[in-house]
Amino acid sequence: MSILVLAEHHDGALAGATAHVVAAAQAIGGDIDILVAGEGVGAIAEAAAKLDGVSRVRVADHAAYAHLLAEPTAALIAELAGDYTHLLACASTTGKNVLPRVAALKDVGQISEIISVESPDTFKRPIYAGNAIATVQSEDALKVITVRATGFDAVGEGGSAAIEAVDFVADNAQSTFVKEELAKSDRPELGAAKVVISGGRGMGSGENFTLLDGIADKLGAAIGASRAAVDAGFVPNDMQVGQTGKIVAPELYIAVGISGAIQHLAGMKDSKVIVAINKDEEAPIFQVADYGLVADLFQALPELEEKL
Amino acid sequence: MKVLVAVKRVIDYNVKIRVKPDHSDVDLTNVKMAMNPFCEIAVEEAVRLKEKGIATEVVAVTIGPKAAQEQLRTALALGADRAIHVETDERVESLGAAKALARLVEEEQPGLVILGKQAIDTDNNQTGQMLAALTGLPQGTFASEIKVEGEKLQVTREVDGGLQTVELSLPAIVTADLRLNEPRYAKLPDIMKAKKKPLDVKTPADLGIEVASKVKLLKVEPPAERKGGVKVGSVDELIDKLKNEAKVL
Ligand SMILES: Cc1cc2nc3c(=O)[nH]c(=O)nc-3n(C[C@H](O)[C@H](O)[C@H](O)COP(=O)(O)OP(=O)(O)OC[C@H]3O[C@@H](n4cnc5c(N)ncnc54)[C@H](O)[C@@H]3O)c2cc1C
Ligand SMILES: Nc1ncnc2c1ncn2[C@@H]1O[C@H](COP(=O)(O)O)[C@@H](O)[C@H]1O
Repeated sequence: MSILVLAEHHDGALAGATAHVVAAAQAIGGDIDILVAGEGVGAIAEAAAKLDGVSRVRVADHAAYAHLLAEPTAALIAELAGDYTHLLACASTTGKNVLPRVAALKDVGQISEIISVESPDTFKRPIYAGNAIATVQSEDALKVITVRATGFDAVGEGGSAAIEAVDFVADNAQSTFVKEELAKSDRPELGAAKVVISGGRGMGSGENFTLLDGIADKLGAAIGASRAAVDAGFVPNDMQVGQTGKIVAPELYIAVGISGAIQHLAGMKDSKVIVAINKDEEAPIFQVADYGLVADLFQALPELEEKL
Repeated sequence: MKVLVAVKRVIDYNVKIRVKPDHSDVDLTNVKMAMNPFCEIAVEEAVRLKEKGIATEVVAVTIGPKAAQEQLRTALALGADRAIHVETDERVESLGAAKALARLVEEEQPGLVILGKQAIDTDNNQTGQMLAALTGLPQGTFASEIKVEGEKLQVTREVDGGLQTVELSLPAIVTADLRLNEPRYAKLPDIMKAKKKPLDVKTPADLGIEVASKVKLLKVEPPAERKGGVKVGSVDELIDKLKNEAKVL
């Protein structure tokens, strides 16, 4: 078996999620290559070469792949696909955008967001917002798979893979990058944080989210939100945790003013310890919380910050 | 410009699902079914384009069993002009749906196709991207805003880090994210009118395709149950438990 993993990277750095996808590749078994596509990605390729278990890093460094637009990136991966039995990417917005396009170009199905590898052709994945776990088997010669990073422990960084350039340049007259408005934050990335504290509609306003800041500072936590908090305009969309937002599985998840709709639980119920702070003792979030505090968040949060 | 919208019949998002005792699938008998929420958003966007005079005709499409015509009637009540039902009792995965849609794109020559970003049953998030590949068209996935500007389409996309805007040549494929719009409710007179709007039925064979998937569903299990824990009486007790019992602080 031979596996190609698409590297995830942001702001000139290899994203931590890639090491989790390589772990999924190791569980499948066989030779593992990483594809680093982008513009000015030399340092990213070097970081990828250090990941354990990787034999080769293939680098497509060209303006055509800047911002990893779906059309050229999918054409690139499809071009390389002939060398592989499995194509893997992280179930990030990049992986989700690009990989199904590759699958269709190769006339095969895709298996989305696997959380475990049962055998080289059989995988487990959540369906119905994580309310059921499906075991699926691919009969396609080429398996195209996105990986939920929280399902696999990251590989280490003791490797030294060979780095090789890929010359193929995809034509793309169909799509152009216009702009990006990315959230700037000194806090850890939601998907990678050991502690996440999220606010819901109960926070009442965007300003009130500052009540979470002091606690997040003390715990080194990332800050998340429910969809209701995002829709109400309290915070930007990249903070949404849930079925259609980010999937997190930290050591500690603190849900504040969040009722616990299944679509929210889908994104956080694999957290090791869950704390809920909600003034409604009937709120469904308490059914999954290890520790529930029935309280008004406007009193509980300042007290928590002070006493931590 | 003609706009094609793809709608899928799925379990209503409020329903708590049950896994069949033999673990073959999720039990859908006597369960409330509805239009996938992301498809409602897709239909709404198409109808708004028509109201703005940009779209000339909105065609709703579904691939699925006979009963899926209910969701097509809903789309018609929401403002679609006509509907196409590709009828099949097979378990249709995203690639099969994309193949059927690709054939219809060839026949109908729409200027824009809008799909949901994800069906909330399989949570696949694939069909729009696959359709784009099969038709050779550009894709604007996870859209939170779209603007038609002459021969171009500006799409603002919800990405992990924030928002990204891309410009696509038309025709193009768009998949709708939650914040693209807030769908309207169908009014009774529109539901009545929808019954008279044209609805064509075709089979995959009519389209010259097969929808069966090579990804087999072997087993469906309930997830590991998470037991609710305890209620704590105070912030002090919470901190104590997190430090000394859970040992996460
Ligand atoms: C297709 C689809 C996809 C979705 N995807 C997601 C998703 O990815 N993520 C997501 O989160 N949601 C998602 N949703 C929405 C989801 O169904 C819920 O509507 C949403 O999670 C509710 O957010 P909330 O808990 O913040 O708000 P609410 O349900 O309104 O709950 C607010 C809570 O705050 C509590 N509260 C109020 N004031 C205080 C106070 N002063 N002190 C303490 N507690 C207080 C209340 O008791 C209540 O429990 C999706 C929905 C659909 C249809
Ligand atoms: N059987 C189907 N019939 C019509 N549209 C579908 C079907 N399956 C998927 N789609 C469309 O593709 C979107 C994404 O679905 P998926 O990629 O399967 O998660 C849905 O929101 C629909 O717009």
